[in-house]
Amino acid sequence: MAKPKVAFYWCASCGGCEEAVVDLAENILKVVEAVEFVLWPVAMDFKIKDVEALQDGEIAVSFINGGIRTGEQEHVAKLLRKKSGLVVAFGACAHLGGVPGLANFSNRDRIFDYVYHKSPSVDNPERIVPQEKTVVREGELTLPEFYNTVHTLDQVIDVDYYLPGCAPPPDLIMNAVEAILTGNLPEKGAVLSPDKSLCDTCKRKVTKPEKTVIREIKRVHEVMLDPEKCFLDQGIICVGPATRDGCGERCINANMPCRGCFGPTSRVDDQGAKFLSALASIIDADSEDAINKITDSIADPAGIFYFYSLPASMLKRRLDI
Amino acid sequence: MKDFEPRIIGFLCNWCSYAGADAAGSARKIYPPNVKVIRVMCTGRIDPQFVLKAFQSGADGVLILGCHPGDCHYKEGNYNALRRFHLLRTMLAQFGIEKDRVRLDWVSASEAEKFVATVNDMVKKVKILGPLRKTAVA
Ligand code: SF4
Ligand code: SF4
Repeated sequence: MAKPKVAFYWCASCGGCEEAVVDLAENILKVVEAVEFVLWPVAMDFKIKDVEALQDGEIAVSFINGGIRTGEQEHVAKLLRKKSGLVVAFGACAHLGGVPGLANFSNRDRIFDYVYHKSPSVDNPERIVPQEKTVVREGELTLPEFYNTVHTLDQVIDVDYYLPGCAPPPDLIMNAVEAILTGNLPEKGAVLSPDKSLCDTCKRKVTKPEKTVIREIKRVHEVMLDPEKCFLDQGIICVGPATRDGCGERCINANMPCRGCFGPTSRVDDQGAKFLSALASIIDADSEDAINKITDSIADPAGIFYFYSLPASMLKRRLDI
Repeated sequence: MKDFEPRIIGFLCNWCSYAGADAAGSARKIYPPNVKVIRVMCTGRIDPQFVLKAFQSGADGVLILGCHPGDCHYKEGNYNALRRFHLLRTMLAQFGIEKDRVRLDWVSASEAEKFVATVNDMVKKVKILGPLRKTAVA
């Protein structure tokens, strides 16, 4: 029997998701053994035209990581959708927009202005910015359109499954690969991780008092963190209550609070708003001034509550630019 | 923007503010029809997701009215609303949603006048701000 064909593609991503696949260590040999890669730009030399030459649906599964930021990414995502039986959004960026999605607090013009003119390390006296079309002696050169907004993968194509995480942990990747190879799959649209909140399995939960109260919000570099105690109980923002379980608590075990890369559970539409609600309700103050004093001490609330999920949030982006 | 009629969603608590709005109606007080009222049992029940949903669905403003501090039917639901409110407004400003588009105030069952004044003031402010701008997302 022919081995199932697999594509692994990156869009607006950092490369960490590719790294996570390499981190499968010897398990990767099992994967390579069982499947035939038809596209994997970071590791193998295939061209888009190789994919175009395949029949519709011929690829068993495409794993796509990264958000959609450019016209080329949208184009390849659509091509892979057409050629694939299954599409898996791989990692937080494809799933929710991820860290690159925080750029939705800005827009294309501001980003270009900073990157090509204002950034202190830039020397660009002719003020050159990338153009979609440039005519040179040899002909016309093109670059993909850079969108105003970062999109999640499912805002651009139909997605069958989501592998959450920044990056997805090796055990979840292997479980997913095995489920796909054996056809033992959950309902379409499922996020391949337990549907409960991180606090549920967090080992610091036992230290959580009956009623957590926050009187002062601190940042991780400002205090010596107690490695046993719940972060919220130490006045440190931890997005665990509004985040899906299944990551293996890598951050928590490294004494760093959760930043929400697994996204919300299925009962939540907007991870940031949900966390805001949870955080506000443990603030120990009743007067307007006292409440404001505590909440004003949160540096960049939107940035922290939507660290990974801005493009997937209800508002998706800053509305006035 | 003379012709702009803002769409405002009003979340009113069942026990005080909804009754206050009702009193204003029974007394035949005149106030602008821009506020679409959603009755909730308590301001403490207003999940910040509701406010985002309103903006996502095309509202230009959100008005939250509840019982005065100390008067909450459920003891401290309104304090919970207050705790969320300031943080939510700060966060919404980062999304480009101006502070005057979201308002929390206290209106008791007998304060028909205050209800009318609050609605008037809110409508006036959101009219000045204009429609909630929507960036083209491409
Ligand atoms: S999910 Fe994390 S590791 Fe993967 S591309 Fe995005 S930022 Fe990188
Ligand atoms: S808030 Fe963070 S530290 Fe506390 S129990 Fe939840 S995940 Fe663990």
